[in-house]
Amino acid sequence: MSDNQTYEPVKKVSIVVSKGSLDGIYPGLIMANGARMDGIEATLFFTFFGLDAIINKRMDRIKVATVGNPGMHMPTWIGAFPGMSAMATSMMKKEMEKLDIPPIREFIEMVHDAGCDLYACKASVDMFHLKKEDFCKEVDDIISVGQFYEKSAGAQIIFT
Amino acid sequence: MEATIAGKTIALDADGHLANFNDWDEDLAKELAKLEGIPELTEDHWKVINFMRKEFKAKGDAPSIRKLTKESGVDTKLLYKLFPNGPAKKAAKIAGLPKPKGCI
Repeated sequence: MSDNQTYEPVKKVSIVVSKGSLDGIYPGLIMANGARMDGIEATLFFTFFGLDAIINKRMDRIKVATVGNPGMHMPTWIGAFPGMSAMATSMMKKEMEKLDIPPIREFIEMVHDAGCDLYACKASVDMFHLKKEDFCKEVDDIISVGQFYEKSAGAQIIFT
Repeated sequence: MEATIAGKTIALDADGHLANFNDWDEDLAKELAKLEGIPELTEDHWKVINFMRKEFKAKGDAPSIRKLTKESGVDTKLLYKLFPNGPAKKAAKIAGLPKPKGCI
């Protein structure tokens, strides 16, 4: 690879959010928002437990995973203590607020207002017996994986 | 890097943003806006630009989009309309600031 080789800039991203923990949801939201800030088209696709980020009754109660998360640097049995996840969540939320990273509901509204499209995965919606009314108002539609690929034409697909 | 904008020779950084905060004035902003594809700066554009300069002066970096939309009086939707195709970089460029360092 020569030093002066130039690459086509990223123009469009399709980001899949598949996990429902705080640490599973934020990376996708930050990347989608960052894309829009730089004029890159962005689509968010929520699947499996990632749907929790857009379910009205759940999105304000997202927690850090303290069990089975090696990044926490603590033994799994400690992570399982009552209140451990709540404590880690509140600590992380404070740190994020310092960096001006909004809570999930506000973040979803912000990326949507920034022009990012939000979709829920149909297979997961059916599996969890959810309806359109269960989701926050920013969700544009419930779509199949086929429709997701159609909407991702020309995009880089990022799985988180 | 240097460029001649509005009859003045201006030093630019590697990203093409103004190298010196104090080289900036309102006439220059109008010219920078034209180069970014914004033919005319409206009152709302100025709200954003002035807020960004104020924040940069106080903190040494451009404000986050969240702070900007909460405190400048311009909301997210309007911000993206005012500075299409990337408000973060574009508004900073017109305001005579370096590319924002933050992620949000």
